[in-house]
Amino acid sequence: MTEVLDVFADGAVVTKRNLIKIIRVPEVLVWVLISPIMFVLLFGYVFGSAIDAGGVSYREFLMGGIFVQTVVFGATFTGAGMAEDMQKGIIDRFRSLPMSRSAVLFGRTASDIVYNVLSIVIMAGTGLLIGWRVRTSILEALAGFALLLLFSYAFSWVMGYIGLLVPSPEVVNNASFMVIMPLTFVANTFVPLESLPGVLRTFAEWNPVSAVAQAVRELFGNLPADYVAPDVWSLQNPVLYTLIWVAIILAIFVPLAVRQYKRAASR
Amino acid sequence: MTDMIRANGLVKHYGEVKALDGLDLAVPEGTVLGLLGPNGAGKTTAVRILATLLEPDAGSAEVAGIDVVADPDGVRKQIGLSGQYAAVDEHLTGFENLDMIGRLYRLGRKASRLRARELLERFDLSEAGDRPVKTYSGGMQRRLDLAGALVAEPVVLFLDEPTTGLDPRSRTESWKVIRELVKEGTTLLLTTQYLEEADHLADDIVVIDLGNAIARGTSDQLKTQVGGERVELVVESTSDLARTEAVLAEFAVGDIQVETHSRHVSAPVSGGADALIRTLRRLDENAIKVLDVGLRRPTLDDVFLELTGHAAEADTDGADKEREMISQ
Repeated sequence: MTEVLDVFADGAVVTKRNLIKIIRVPEVLVWVLISPIMFVLLFGYVFGSAIDAGGVSYREFLMGGIFVQTVVFGATFTGAGMAEDMQKGIIDRFRSLPMSRSAVLFGRTASDIVYNVLSIVIMAGTGLLIGWRVRTSILEALAGFALLLLFSYAFSWVMGYIGLLVPSPEVVNNASFMVIMPLTFVANTFVPLESLPGVLRTFAEWNPVSAVAQAVRELFGNLPADYVAPDVWSLQNPVLYTLIWVAIILAIFVPLAVRQYKRAASR
Repeated sequence: MTDMIRANGLVKHYGEVKALDGLDLAVPEGTVLGLLGPNGAGKTTAVRILATLLEPDAGSAEVAGIDVVADPDGVRKQIGLSGQYAAVDEHLTGFENLDMIGRLYRLGRKASRLRARELLERFDLSEAGDRPVKTYSGGMQRRLDLAGALVAEPVVLFLDEPTTGLDPRSRTESWKVIRELVKEGTTLLLTTQYLEEADHLADDIVVIDLGNAIARGTSDQLKTQVGGERVELVVESTSDLARTEAVLAEFAVGDIQVETHSRHVSAPVSGGADALIRTLRRLDENAIKVLDVGLRRPTLDDVFLELTGHAAEADTDGADKEREMISQ
């Protein structure tokens, strides 16, 4: 029990340290705030005018996809942050202290929730300006946002693990780009699944990113009235499917990342 | 005196490369051990094992009587570590850095703050204490890092190349601070590739190369081991060289070296300052004008060259390999 309390106490100290950086490094804050606006406007107007999403305003359809893509990209912060701390020897300092072995990772992933909340708020605000609406209830909307945060939190642990493996923050950014781009584009984020050919379509149907996008579209009421979800279990039950993915990712990557932290050597 | 640091037969491999090959160390309470060696000799690996950052492949180590493998958390409560690169957060202020470390040592909110201010004061960082660390000079950052290692008043302190990359003035400042610490009874293990630094700070020196100790002793003992003080002098006129050589021959205990173009003559002697005085007296009697004269004791550079057959600053292939392996 005291061990759990220690993780929280130490984790809170690390979280606070990471949050101070948000204020001290305006470049990061600007990126956090500007990039969601850019995503919404860019995709909303460039794609929004070109693609037919079947009845519903494509801009409204897009919002679910943009939300997911942005929070998944947000997880890169976790990886880059861990890699930077490794590179600068701060992890060595932490590891020489009698603090909890998992606190640095818990603290880092926790502070990145704050990043993601900020970018979701900005995205939602921008979305409202260009005509996106929540057409369900407050509760369902909150559930949608919670699901986004949960998924990005789980993904933060993947990136945190990667951050401890690679030699520098730049590598995290490049590596994550290679993973995140296909993951977020071979999905229903920006185009309806029906438009994808064979194998890509199967991948997209079972891609958890599709499920999250599907789930938030349902929860925000951004699907056309006559919409029928594709006949695959993952998209018929997108909330459950997302939660299963979150559980699997956390079950694998929390222990993996903590183990890597313990043995991590500085560079 | 009890040993505060004790290592027996430490072995660590990085793949094919043996970073440590059965290293033994013993540091009595309140003393300073200088671990001296070139890059890649295994110094940092030794410190990382003793500071619980790395587990040895074989061998055992105790710090403050606690086994580093069996009870790493117990060891962590007793030690302070300051690494080769300043492990401070450049976005936090100096105060925030120290306060954070205090909180992570679980000193409590109030005690952490108090301790942070106290250390800033002591390391002459009070004025800069509320500025982000990235505005600090290299020397200031290093002092802050050192302060960070002292937050919990550790009984054992590890400093891994504490002055590498500092300018001479900052280095001298750091030495002063370190010497003060030691006066208060902290046991210190210090790694360095600067022979001068070990000479300055350490009570005992262990010279390590390729993962093993190749010599131990005080600075003086090591110099004696290599042997040979030399009288070195420069005469005014080339025509005096032959007579100078004849005078030196009276005292020399080995070959005399004469460099004609620089009018530089040197000879190994025994008897130290006494030999020098007698040499000068005889030169004076012979009316030989001397421009420069000195008794040169061997430096630790000489010690290193003598012991390993290669110079201390040399960056061997093994060194690069060790660093490469660490980074994986």
